[in-house]
Amino acid sequence: MKHENITVKETAKWEYENIPGNKLPHEFTRYEDFKANFKYIAAGVLFGTVLIKSEVISWFRIQEMFRLQSFHMYGVIGSAVITGIISIQILKKLNVKALNGELISIRPKEFQKGQIIGGFMFGLGWAITGACPGPIYAQIGAGFTTTIITLFSAILGVWIYGRFRHKLPH
Amino acid sequence: MIDLIKQPWPWYVAGPLIGLTVPFLLILGNKSFGISNSMRHICAAVLPAKIPFFHYDWKKEQWIFFFIAGIMAGAFMASNYMSNHQPVDLNPKTISDLTALGITNFNGLLPSEIFDMSNILNVRGLIFFILGGFLVGFGTRYAGGCTSGHAIMGLSNLQWPSLVATLAFMAGGFFMTHLIFPFIFKLF
Repeated sequence: MKHENITVKETAKWEYENIPGNKLPHEFTRYEDFKANFKYIAAGVLFGTVLIKSEVISWFRIQEMFRLQSFHMYGVIGSAVITGIISIQILKKLNVKALNGELISIRPKEFQKGQIIGGFMFGLGWAITGACPGPIYAQIGAGFTTTIITLFSAILGVWIYGRFRHKLPH
Repeated sequence: MIDLIKQPWPWYVAGPLIGLTVPFLLILGNKSFGISNSMRHICAAVLPAKIPFFHYDWKKEQWIFFFIAGIMAGAFMASNYMSNHQPVDLNPKTISDLTALGITNFNGLLPSEIFDMSNILNVRGLIFFILGGFLVGFGTRYAGGCTSGHAIMGLSNLQWPSLVATLAFMAGGFFMTHLIFPFIFKLF
């Protein structure tokens, strides 16, 4: 593994098989060409609109949540999860196929220590910025220019993680 | 009707609509809801730099960039044309807690005394933009997902690792808000 002649691709394969977590969610799904992707804009518009209208991208609302002073955020996330659970059960029971003909399948999440350590780190950042990754994009769309810096810093964080992940506990 | 659209939407309207994003994406193209992976794909596309973690065919995941374009467009429309521009209706206790920390302006969705371009080069910017953003990026990738991928998609699919992750997110947020914020705000 540490031999000099081993290529990036082989190292990637080794890391992929030996470090748990972070499997690509759509590795086994069909490749969709560029044009077929435009339909996802519709889903994004719906999601982005709701993020703004429900104020969940508000730094103030996130503070209210972490101070246990409002039910709003818990209500949003809780009812979203219940809706999601019911929807997935229905899709599975009825063996629904996606528009591209694939049988709907969801890659299971693999447990690793990062969900605790990394999750805690993300929580710290969530309280500071008032934004998780979805709301980061929504804040930028809504015209909060400072969030562009937050996004760049977040991408840097991902890159640093990728660079040093083989040294981190997983 | 227009009034109803312009007012902030209650949780019991917004939550189910966010939840419906899950089956919507699955039906559109068998896509699992999850946004933080987009930042990994950006690294893979722009600066893979011989790092194994970024060596894969990111184009197979390009749908997320269309989804994000939609998020930005939706957020733009909602904030410009579907808003009554009133301050967020916060619990008075939250307002007094934040006032005690030194926040005075409660207009808009973010406190303008922190999230302003004039803070780019000072301690506020360093903590609230740079450090905060770094923790969001590094943390979500280390955890293998964010609020959408773990808390909504993962829990919807009854994945217990996602429950662990969600509890860790909350723990981090409580820790920052109650134990670290008092020190951060003393810096200004």
